[in-house]
Amino acid sequence: MNKAGERLYNGLVKENPTFVLMLGMCPTLAVTTSAMNGLGMGLTTMVVLALSNLFISLLRKVIPNRVRIPAFIVVIASFVTVVQLLLEAYLPALNKSLGVYIPLIVVNCIILGRAESYAYSNPPVPSLFDGIGMGLGFSLALTCIGAFRELLGAGKLFGAAVMPEGFEPIRIFGQAPGAFFVLAMLVAVQNAVKNRRKREGKPYEKIDSGCNEDCMNCSDQGCTRRFYDMGGEKQPAEGLRKPSDAAMELIDLDKEEK
Amino acid sequence: MSERMKVSSNPHIRSRVTTNGIMLAVVAALMPATGFGIYNFGMRALTVVLVTIASTVLTEFLFGLYRKRTTVSDLSAVVTGLLLALNLPVTIPLWMAALGGVFAILAVKMLFGGLGQNFMNPALAARCFLLISFPTAMTAFECDAYTGATPLAALKAGEQVNVMNMITGHTAGTIGETSVIALVAGACFLLMTGVIDLRIPGSYIVTFVLFTGIFGGRGFDPAYLSAQLAGGGLMLGAFFMATDYVTRPITIRGQYVFGIFLGIMTGIFRIFGPGAEGVSYAILLGNLLVPLIERVTKPAAFGCQRGGKRA
Repeated sequence: MNKAGERLYNGLVKENPTFVLMLGMCPTLAVTTSAMNGLGMGLTTMVVLALSNLFISLLRKVIPNRVRIPAFIVVIASFVTVVQLLLEAYLPALNKSLGVYIPLIVVNCIILGRAESYAYSNPPVPSLFDGIGMGLGFSLALTCIGAFRELLGAGKLFGAAVMPEGFEPIRIFGQAPGAFFVLAMLVAVQNAVKNRRKREGKPYEKIDSGCNEDCMNCSDQGCTRRFYDMGGEKQPAEGLRKPSDAAMELIDLDKEEK
Repeated sequence: MSERMKVSSNPHIRSRVTTNGIMLAVVAALMPATGFGIYNFGMRALTVVLVTIASTVLTEFLFGLYRKRTTVSDLSAVVTGLLLALNLPVTIPLWMAALGGVFAILAVKMLFGGLGQNFMNPALAARCFLLISFPTAMTAFECDAYTGATPLAALKAGEQVNVMNMITGHTAGTIGETSVIALVAGACFLLMTGVIDLRIPGSYIVTFVLFTGIFGGRGFDPAYLSAQLAGGGLMLGAFFMATDYVTRPITIRGQYVFGIFLGIMTGIFRIFGPGAEGVSYAILLGNLLVPLIERVTKPAAFGCQRGGKRA
């Protein structure tokens, strides 16, 4: 399969960071008061994600394993600073409406998660596309949530009034609880579609999350779940491994004795 | 011999109390308040009540169709609809009332597993949903006879209020909260039939009186305290919402803790909060704490120390 395309598909649909991996919930819930804010946040994150993935992948043989997290943070923080300065210069309105959430991209767990689980153990080009795919998935999700919230909470879409004249905005959707409602509903819809395809015996894994089952016989590389799965062909980088099977058994025995 | 030995699985002792019966008793107990609301605010109050009940029952019915398990007949949706309607101002647009009913049943009750699984009182959650969504429509307490601020808002602004009118219910407010007499009559019926007991309402009201007396800034002035007691949704909340079987603690000590917590929170919201009213948020917060309260007030089993260790 085409590696770049596969990565994009993985990020947009299969392992969508918001709807499937449930990562980066803080910006997801906080900035999606309108479709424009959601899109802006998503695209900003995408730029940082793609660049940091690319550079971490390039540096993966240089970064010592033990200090990899601080090293990732330095790379990510540098790109966030660059992006924020650019936003201040060219899109001051967006910068103002996103506010503190731009600097907070540094600690966005999607970026750190992709660095850790993909970019650190894969070549640069797939890593770049992994970042773009994940970023697009994030943008798509944030724009969807923002669009619903803007539509119900303010009667607008991308700033243009679309609802009929007599529509009374349901203000709760513009506030924090509304973000949870909309996110929950969108995740529910997505799960309903997946479950239906599963029941009908269709290849649901095409639109499924981190594929849920049979990691052993999967030819896919760089899937998040697979990364933490002991049985896969591809072992994570040295030092990242979970305790060996023997150690796991010891732990279990201890628990049973209690 | 063999005819007299009946073998069956437990439970062997059954109560005659049914969900249906309890819900019917609550509906009956709310009738005085509903009747007074209709008398006080006119026929539109009846329309609001009917629309809200229709929307809750219809939502429950449709969800039952989808889950292939109908639960409409346990009347809980009727109680939710009625309680929600009593918590709405009479001027509310009907579609908002209906939306509140849908939210109460669908989002708060059915999605969490139906009656018995809801972590919040559905009617109150829907009231707060509407209050946050439509702040203007939900606080427009205007009708033919009494226009303007609710007694509580007037009290907070430092004006004089007529306590007698508040007790009989001739004031502005939501449909069902104005008349203390009608609410207490219904509550007495519930107390006599044993559907509720005084633990939660009693500890709630006593704590609230103490708290308002100490922190209210007017001492234990009887006029002020009785106005606080008779005003707003305190009576409706204490007797009909805080005692909801699903969202109150099961343990007896826990019920006292719950009531005391509600009293303190209501006092804080009313005295220190920006608004004049705080009963609904206090009860919702209390609902969220119920699992914790139950955990710390769990009675020890016979032969065990507290915390489940064997003695």
